[in-house]
Amino acid sequence: MDSIIEFVITLLKPLGVTEPVFQFMLVSAILGLSIYLTLYTGMFSLASAGFMAIGAYFGVAATQFWHLPLGLGLIIGMLAAGLIAIPIGLPVLRLKDIYLAIATIGFGEVVNVVILNFDDVVAAILTAVQGERVRFRLIEGARGIKNIPRLTETQYLVFFLIIVGFFITRLHRSRFGRSMAAIRDDERAAANMGINVTYVKNIVFILSAMLAAAAGVFSAHLTRIITPDAYGFDRAVDILSFAVLGGTSTWVGPIVGGMTLTALPETLRAVNQYRGVFTGMVLLAVILFLPGGLVDPAGLRATIRRVRSRLRRAAESQGAT
Amino acid sequence: MLELLHVTRQFGGLTALNDVSLNVPAGRVVGLIGPNGAGKTTLINQISGLDHPTSGGINFAGQPIQGAPPHVIARMGIARTYQNIRLFGQMSALQNLLIGQHMQGRGSLLGAIFFSAAYRAEEKRLHLRARELLDRFGLGDSADSPAASLPYGDQRRLELARAIATQPRLLLLDEPTAGMNPSETHALGEHVLALRAEGLTVLVIEHDMPFIHQVCDEIYVLNFGQIIAHGAPDEIKHNPLVIEAYLGHEDSDDGAA
Amino acid sequence: MDTFFQQLINALSLGAIYGLFALGYALVFSVLGVLNLAHSAVFMTGAFFGLVLIDKLQLPLIVAFPLAMIGAGLVSVALEFIAFRPLRRRGAPRISQLISSIGASILLVSITQLLFQNLYGGTDAYFPRGLVPDEPILLGGLRIVPIRVIILIAALGMMVILQAVVSRTQIGQHMRAVAFNQRVAALLGINVGRVFVTTFFIAGALGGAAGMLYGLVFLNVSPFIGSDVALVGLTAIVLGGLGSINGAVLGGILVAALQTFSTAIGGSSYRNIVVFGILFLLLLVRPQGLLGQPDSTRT
Repeated sequence: MDSIIEFVITLLKPLGVTEPVFQFMLVSAILGLSIYLTLYTGMFSLASAGFMAIGAYFGVAATQFWHLPLGLGLIIGMLAAGLIAIPIGLPVLRLKDIYLAIATIGFGEVVNVVILNFDDVVAAILTAVQGERVRFRLIEGARGIKNIPRLTETQYLVFFLIIVGFFITRLHRSRFGRSMAAIRDDERAAANMGINVTYVKNIVFILSAMLAAAAGVFSAHLTRIITPDAYGFDRAVDILSFAVLGGTSTWVGPIVGGMTLTALPETLRAVNQYRGVFTGMVLLAVILFLPGGLVDPAGLRATIRRVRSRLRRAAESQGAT
Repeated sequence: MLELLHVTRQFGGLTALNDVSLNVPAGRVVGLIGPNGAGKTTLINQISGLDHPTSGGINFAGQPIQGAPPHVIARMGIARTYQNIRLFGQMSALQNLLIGQHMQGRGSLLGAIFFSAAYRAEEKRLHLRARELLDRFGLGDSADSPAASLPYGDQRRLELARAIATQPRLLLLDEPTAGMNPSETHALGEHVLALRAEGLTVLVIEHDMPFIHQVCDEIYVLNFGQIIAHGAPDEIKHNPLVIEAYLGHEDSDDGAA
Repeated sequence: MDTFFQQLINALSLGAIYGLFALGYALVFSVLGVLNLAHSAVFMTGAFFGLVLIDKLQLPLIVAFPLAMIGAGLVSVALEFIAFRPLRRRGAPRISQLISSIGASILLVSITQLLFQNLYGGTDAYFPRGLVPDEPILLGGLRIVPIRVIILIAALGMMVILQAVVSRTQIGQHMRAVAFNQRVAALLGINVGRVFVTTFFIAGALGGAAGMLYGLVFLNVSPFIGSDVALVGLTAIVLGGLGSINGAVLGGILVAALQTFSTAIGGSSYRNIVVFGILFLLLLVRPQGLLGQPDSTRT
């Protein structure tokens, strides 16, 4: 495994990709899969960023405050996100389209604000209870938590991705996976098939939250510092653009999208200041010209068919003259 | 099998269904006809759970079902088709029928992940039955084509096949022959009769009178949300109230859409 | 009590800006049925144009203001042609248009960022002081800064004009027809494309005006002021009802009031949680907003 990874990284070096960058690419791949699950079920949810934050903070709490190994931190982060996803999902997933998008954006901002004010609120409560002024500093609000040890290794990320990828391929071929796709295509008809739409949506939302949280735990132990503003609207849009660029018709799409968008600024290091321009243009260009994204087997097949028939017609008219 | 007792549905000031009572006996094909806007689809929606009556009760095999959510009603054995065809467009015809059998699967996710024997056996069974249904309804060649790409008549038959795949006891059909030519309509009628012979109960909304005559044992006529007539097809044909309801609407400039 | 009225004035003037901004969202949503998330970038370009016209081209405020509005309106129209029209023509789902507007927004902000670098060597710039007289007016124990009064007058004035345009002019009538039913409007001979362009222009002009006013009251302009108001604007229109013009204004004022009073009570770190908490709760309980129509928001 180690040697394979080394090999891949050596291949990527000329593109300006180093091992740390590769690790971030893998984190983005996990985030891509997180939003893929919800999109596959027809839910336009932008909650992944918020759950990533939850994962990051709980994961760091586990490794830094309770001195647990990264593996347990991962599990705790994912569990926390999964549990929080339940009361959030139940009301929110009844919403449609834009309203769901807005609600999930709102959720992300609420998480942001909770993190910012957590210490102060706890301090205020303790002060009220104990009658004397209490200072409480745990997650440090806006300053964030620093000096997190670099516990994430490339092989953990690769291993995690492989497991999740396998899980998703099996999901597609399972009864549950079919019901996800059915809900995406037509919710009402899906209900007529006996599918409990609310249940399926909530389960998928929880799974997606857990994946985003895992990405959060991994990334926290890579960047070594976490601040609440790293998980806001901008992050949610980034994750969305992974899916848009990569295409959502296959689970490979968001992985490709995530890895590409993370690697490109490194590849084009010279144009780093234009990063925003670049992301915006990519998003626009893909939506306008490549609606199926980079990984679009169905679109590719259609294009091949069109090209082939055009060539055939050209050959026929040549033969006729 | 299916009883509607004094079902009323009001939307604010508009009364779409007014004290509707009807009975669909087991194993029979009952037709529901009436001018456009009479409330036929609204009625079907009450039964399938998409909508709930403002008052009144709906009993299926003795159990009250008014107000139950659609997936629960589906699990009790009621299937439906839609006036505007609601297929899973991006999925293939075969996949549509696989989902149709959702309730026949026990499909544990763990089984799928670990390729358990139970999973493989179940998938095989579901695929086999899906193919049987495709052949039965003449869709064998289109098994892997996306449902939305099929010709119109095929889509209608696929929706019917998918409804049958759910193994219902009661089938609700909402204008199944819309857009079909006479020979396609007759062929569909043959399908419905075959289903009845297998013991299925059917409630069908239709405008096509030859189709109604071909398949229905009895007919209810709905106009302005009320049942105005009930009887065998021949009786209904000559019922003056029914004739007036249809002709009356043709005369006026713009009836309810 | 004085502080209360002081805060009330602040809340009202801020609310007027938010309301004006939210109007742009509401207009586009009711006529086109899409949420234009690039609207906050248009807001920012209004402030930016105003800044450049006053600071670099030395134009007086009275000239720069309408020019900035027109500029913002044109940027908004460009958005329609680049990000919305091609997708509509293709029959793409609404979500695509949302994503496209996000992309356009990022692009717009980034381009402005580059221009800022070139013109100001950084990402912060300031409107010159004293464009609007600074001296607070003393009114029965209250000290009111003139700019706040001007904001109220300007914003209210524009809303009144908009109301008049929408209800009394032909183009307003066309807009209402298209908002009601696009296909029928087209059948009646209305040039739907032209209505869309007009709607985007008006929305952009109003958004740009809001941006200018925001810049004038806070004096600070940066490429990122759009994000300050983006979510606030979203909350305002959800609060008021997504398609409702009056609701947008009402929502803007309510959000501003909530922000101002929660800041006064608890300090500025709480104001966001109040706003987003409200947004969240609202979507759960009454997604159609205070003045909207139910049943189109849930599946």
